[in-house]
Amino acid sequence: MKAVIVGCGRVGAGLADELDRAGWQVLILDLTPAAFDRLPSTFGGTALRGDGTDEDTLRRAGAEDADLFLALTEGDNRNVMAAQLGVEELGARKTVAKINDPVRAEAYAHLGIATLCRTNLMSAAVLGFTGQAVPEHPGIYPPQQPHEHPIDGAGTGTVPAVPAAGGPSTREV
Amino acid sequence: MFVIVVGGGKVGYYLTKELIASGHEVALMEKDRRRAELIKDEIGSVVIAQDGCEGKYLHEAGANRAEIVAAVTGDDEDNLVICQMAKHHFDVPRTIARVNNPKNERLFRHLGVDEIISPTRMILGSIEQDIPVHELLHLAALGVGELEIIEAHLQPGSPAIGKIALDIPVPAGCSMFGVIRDGTPTPLNSDTVLAEGDKVIAIGRPDCEEDLRLQLIGEHEEA
Repeated sequence: MKAVIVGCGRVGAGLADELDRAGWQVLILDLTPAAFDRLPSTFGGTALRGDGTDEDTLRRAGAEDADLFLALTEGDNRNVMAAQLGVEELGARKTVAKINDPVRAEAYAHLGIATLCRTNLMSAAVLGFTGQAVPEHPGIYPPQQPHEHPIDGAGTGTVPAVPAAGGPSTREV
Repeated sequence: MFVIVVGGGKVGYYLTKELIASGHEVALMEKDRRRAELIKDEIGSVVIAQDGCEGKYLHEAGANRAEIVAAVTGDDEDNLVICQMAKHHFDVPRTIARVNNPKNERLFRHLGVDEIISPTRMILGSIEQDIPVHELLHLAALGVGELEIIEAHLQPGSPAIGKIALDIPVPAGCSMFGVIRDGTPTPLNSDTVLAEGDKVIAIGRPDCEEDLRLQLIGEHEEA
């Protein structure tokens, strides 16, 4: 099993180590070499300095056909882009993007990417700990449909509208 | 027409000014407050000092009724997210993205961005037309960039020299339609034999380029 992880922060490094020890072939990328200090000395995977939103870099690093593609940098939009590159261009079978803005996290789940939202995760944890009701998707929003790209279809009208997530409302047509 | 411009750098600033001058209604979103204030001093209250990647602020800017959203920040990933949010969350009919890495054009198009402007590609195209290169030249992009017109200048070593043009297997989605020989354009006939120095003109999808290059130019020298 092959895993590609973009972003070697605490979560990225932790998961890289877990998966490596579970026998996965792990490739982890980060723009800052110092980030790899978070990996344990026993880490047996590949750690590469490079931009995980750059298709050429990802291909050169051998990021194609991953069973799992995790976009875990500190930038929501970089994660969105890396994850979509993973699905669309590199044939990743399962993708998770960290998106800390809850509105964007839900919107991209509706576009077919599993999203991990730290904001929701933490508030749900606090609510649960204090005995209050926890929202339906406390952390990961599962993808709501296969990853969609309307331009391949007949037109732009094929994508279901994204329901409002507390903030903006969708346009009533 | 109501246009939302996201990104108040040089491009966004001049774009907004020009749009206002031609009588359009514009909202310019720039997340850097200091930069936003500077522009506000100059062009007035159309500036919104918020992040256009956030659905909440796009909504406040009026994305529900915008006819065009133009994402012209300096970061490709931000421009992608702005266009996708505008398209899928607010049903904006036309989204335009500035793209720095030309490799991202295909992905953006695939993901539903309506128009993609790549300054890098444009400058590259301009340079390629000025200097002789043993490569394919992009003469023009058609439509929203799905098709391009390509010129291949046959140099010594080209595998196409001496072949009947119409016998050359071109990739699907691509068609050779003429040859320029000694400055004279001629259509391809069943007996047109290609010669050194010919310029073959073809039209096709960008993904045919690699196959076409192999047929007309040959292998890369450095490969």
